[in-house]
Amino acid sequence: MSEDAKKFLYVNRKAPYGTIYALESLEVVLIGAAFEQEVTLAFLDDGVYQLAKGQETAGVGMKNFSPTYRALGDYDVNKFYVERESLEERGLTEDDLQEITYEDEDDDWAEKPSIRVVNRDEMKKIMSEQDVILSF
Amino acid sequence: MKLAIVVNEGPYTHQASDTALHFTRAALEAGHEIERVFFYHDGVNNATRLTVPPQDDRNLQKEWTELGTTHGLDMVVCIAAAQRRGILDANEAKRQGKDADNIAEGFRISGLGQLIDAGIQADRLVTFGD
Repeated sequence: MSEDAKKFLYVNRKAPYGTIYALESLEVVLIGAAFEQEVTLAFLDDGVYQLAKGQETAGVGMKNFSPTYRALGDYDVNKFYVERESLEERGLTEDDLQEITYEDEDDDWAEKPSIRVVNRDEMKKIMSEQDVILSF
Repeated sequence: MKLAIVVNEGPYTHQASDTALHFTRAALEAGHEIERVFFYHDGVNNATRLTVPPQDDRNLQKEWTELGTTHGLDMVVCIAAAQRRGILDANEAKRQGKDADNIAEGFRISGLGQLIDAGIQADRLVTFGD
């Protein structure tokens, strides 16, 4: 990562299917990974459903793109902040989310969880620390 | 200040394109620099020259084209989003074997890297969406 890298935050607020925002957000994250910026993802409101495990999309005729989130660790995208209140408001817990991990190069490639559940105040702080926020 | 503008909704259904247009115009009048205007999601639909809104309504595509050409703005339409929604320039139409193109003057089609680059180059990136 270059010295003058900017902090990019992708804010995901919508359910994975029903609108195209989640998929096209993921496309930006994948392209953006090549730019060696400091990337963070935030999931709040219905956006928490994007990480739900066991997604089955055959019935709606759409591609299930949820496995792609698990590949992001290979692109140094490993900070997934999920808002606790958004989970609770929807009757979800962290156990309802798929497991996403990355290998920490600074810790002998130890496998670590990418998902961190934070409360609304912590999310506010994370947002205030960013240089560029892309909200989808 | 150097600003990057992102437009995430198409014309007329949502106000986002109107607001982005007014904001961009006001920013230029206030002496700010516009690094790029990037059209994403349904925002790419602002770039078709084939819209025919009623005569007593605003024509958003024409207003963008006029603002862009007057101030030499870099108005970029995301290629992946554009292909999904049938927004093509002459090159893309030829490449995809389509019998027409529809991109309006002042817009150009390019990749998502242009969005990331705009975020890197600008002092502030301002998103207009739903």
